Amino acid sequence: MAEYSTPTTEQEFAENFAQLKPLMSRNEALYESSRCLFCFDAPCITACPSGIDIPQFIRQINTGNDTGAARTIYEANYFGNACGKVCPTEVLCEGACVYNLQEVKPIEIGRLQSYATTKVIAANKKLFGPGPPNGGRVAVIGAGPAGISCACELRSLGYEVTIFEAKSQPSGLTVYGVAPYKITNEEALAEMAYLQGQFGYEVKYNSPITSLPEINELEAQYDAIFLGIGLGKTSGLGLPGENLPNCVGAVEFIAELREVHQAIAVGPRVVVLGGGNTAMDAASEAARLGAEVVTLAYRRSKDEMGAYAFEYDLAKGVGVKGLFNVAPVEVVGVEVVEGVRFVRTATVNGQVSEVPGSEFIVPCDMVIKATGQAKQLDFLRLIPGLEMDGRGRIVANAHSGQTTNPRYFTSGDARNGGAEVVNAAAEAKVAARGIHAFLSK
Amino acid sequence: MPDLSINFAGIKSPNPFWLASAPPTNSGYQVMKAFDAGWGGAVWKTLGVPVVNVSSRYGGVNYRDKRLIGFNNIELISDRPLADNLREIYEVKKRFPAHAVIASLMVGSRQEWHEIIRAAEDAGADGLELNFGCPHGMCERGMGSAVGQEPKVLQTIVEWVMEVATTPVIVKLTPNITDITEPAMAARRAGANAISLINTIQSIVGVDLDQYSPYPIVDGQGTNGGYCGPAVKPIALNMLKNCAQHPHIKLPISGIGGIENWRDAVEHILLGASSVQVCTAAMHFGFGIIREMVSGLEQYMVEKGFNRIDDFVGKALPNVKPWNELNLKYQVKASINPDKCIGCQLCYTACEDGAHQAIRLQAGTRTPAIIEENCVGCNLCSLVCPVDECITMLRTDEGTQHLTWNERTAAHNIPTEFNDERAGGRHHWVPEPLAALGKERHKTLPGKARALAVSKQ
Repeated sequence: MAEYSTPTTEQEFAENFAQLKPLMSRNEALYESSRCLFCFDAPCITACPSGIDIPQFIRQINTGNDTGAARTIYEANYFGNACGKVCPTEVLCEGACVYNLQEVKPIEIGRLQSYATTKVIAANKKLFGPGPPNGGRVAVIGAGPAGISCACELRSLGYEVTIFEAKSQPSGLTVYGVAPYKITNEEALAEMAYLQGQFGYEVKYNSPITSLPEINELEAQYDAIFLGIGLGKTSGLGLPGENLPNCVGAVEFIAELREVHQAIAVGPRVVVLGGGNTAMDAASEAARLGAEVVTLAYRRSKDEMGAYAFEYDLAKGVGVKGLFNVAPVEVVGVEVVEGVRFVRTATVNGQVSEVPGSEFIVPCDMVIKATGQAKQLDFLRLIPGLEMDGRGRIVANAHSGQTTNPRYFTSGDARNGGAEVVNAAAEAKVAARGIHAFLSK
Repeated sequence: MPDLSINFAGIKSPNPFWLASAPPTNSGYQVMKAFDAGWGGAVWKTLGVPVVNVSSRYGGVNYRDKRLIGFNNIELISDRPLADNLREIYEVKKRFPAHAVIASLMVGSRQEWHEIIRAAEDAGADGLELNFGCPHGMCERGMGSAVGQEPKVLQTIVEWVMEVATTPVIVKLTPNITDITEPAMAARRAGANAISLINTIQSIVGVDLDQYSPYPIVDGQGTNGGYCGPAVKPIALNMLKNCAQHPHIKLPISGIGGIENWRDAVEHILLGASSVQVCTAAMHFGFGIIREMVSGLEQYMVEKGFNRIDDFVGKALPNVKPWNELNLKYQVKASINPDKCIGCQLCYTACEDGAHQAIRLQAGTRTPAIIEENCVGCNLCSLVCPVDECITMLRTDEGTQHLTWNERTAAHNIPTEFNDERAGGRHHWVPEPLAALGKERHKTLPGKARALAVSKQ
């Protein structure tokens, strides 16, 4: 019997995907904020990619100034609410909390952050607004953490901002790519609505920019263009049988899960390929959807997985079984997936090699490939003068986000190759400042 | 097992823990429940002409998530008819003959004092406590702290009391006075058998930021009340010491003020109390706290080899000296244990901003370092350090020299001029004032800007 039964209603789905970091009550927030030591030049601030003044906002919560706390958070990070929930706080702020060194539980910074920001979102409290119009116009491609953060910052500087989004909703991976037990769609979208209400940028949904004429049109209409396009679809593995139905990419699987919830079907036996955080998410999700056997297969050893240890623990906690030092050689099946043929691997001097004659089949009803996302090179190559590095990442100045085409700026996954929401949000603020400096010349 | 029983000015009690005269001793039900739980005695809620109380009577001081580190009340003395109280005193004494029941009294005229003393003693009270301390409501009527603040009036009333009292008389003193030994001496002159202190401190416990009214709020308004609870213990201990060290008071003292656990009780006893009274802690946590108090006290006595409470009453008093008799040659310096340090750097910022700039940050580690030549041994860093025994104060003098301010004064070796060479801090290094600028400025910047400002420094 699986750890979870297959959810059939929205309520059962919510139970199986219960929030890892549920909203704090006032009382909980008071108790937790009371524990903060108010460290000098606190390590949690340094560990936060967006540099939120954490002891300050915790002190504000503790003294009953929740609105001030939210302002402190948003001044540094426009995805303050989402980051409180989806950030890997265990390896960022909370991992840096000095309490860890005392073997005392670190402050639950993420939950406190969401507590304060949820309050101002729920009350639609006016904290920010657009700056006086300066006549500049900027197009932002992509309404994800990078694009929205950049738009907020640009609006506060007085720019007119239009965001072009391919999908029908904002927030990018916060809705479409994060595991549902980390944040609900409602929470992610509420913050998006709040920010748009505060800053008043325009978003054109279902408006993908894919062609040269569209790019030329943007260049004609806007003074600068921000590329917040993130990454593309799951990369193909080039395996026989990979195109069978029921062999899906993790990114696509999670996006569908976020949209249709329990309406998505996984078979009783699921194999997840990969050793990164997305693989952990996909495996956890398959288990929570009621799959009886979820196998996480990775070509190297357990210790070499890219995923955070706590993410693997989370997957193990819902019954996911690890299968290490194996490489897939074929997705087996006639009309649908019936199994995955693996070969055992050995790592010698850092090089993974296949062990001849060690092939075996793991029978399954579904394969989820969490083996990385492709870069959107076809699109990027349309932009004149835009350079990408050897790994397909847009080359840009770290202090301004400016690309090799001076009118284009970027941040987020498209530039860093795939990181956290908090990285995108923080870097986008820098890029917005870069745009401002460029257009102020 | 050590013997916890006491004989306080003739009042016997199985242990030194008494409930103070307050809401927990408002009825026979409560006192009996307390005795049943293990309390040694109870001072009954003050008897007199019954009062009428307001609704909304208590206010609290919370510290972060800790409730009631301070507590105040605007409740008055007993609002129950005297006969009801007396009947219940009788019942309690009948059921608990070995426990101490002390009647707290507050009336106006000599006639009333005589009447109520006889009535209380007839009911079986083991002793009397005269409430000259209540700082709100009753003092405006010429009673309570109005008496405690006027030694002559206090003396007169105690004399009236002593005319008829056949049981030991304890005078309860108010701390709302400059020198508590004056009313204590007045009590002694009038023949009182003991004193108890402190009563509550006149206070406003807080102001409601929305209603613009002090707590507790009575229909949008409030009044000053009486402050008690853990926060007042330091004030109580000092006043206790003042009375216990006084060469002429020489009366048994019942210690009151901020006693919540056995440690607090032992501190009172070490400074001269031979019984202790508790109110706020019982109001906060219930009578059950007595088990921890008795157990802790017993364990302490076992470990110290004390057989009776009297063995350590006032034991710390010889070590409480006037400042000018302390050894100026004694020197301690802070020492940080890097194995225990968690890198919060509270010691750094505390010393930097609140003391003597004697702690510096070090590259490559978050553990700060002591600048020994600047350290004056003030203790601040060790007090703010959140880790047990991480910062310790180590003695650096050889312990061979002893020189007090009094001795230096006698030897004409003290600073006497504004720019005297002998100024204690004359050679103490302090940074240039302008060096302060910019050190905190980056903290006012949000997010990345802050990080960039730091990296530029």
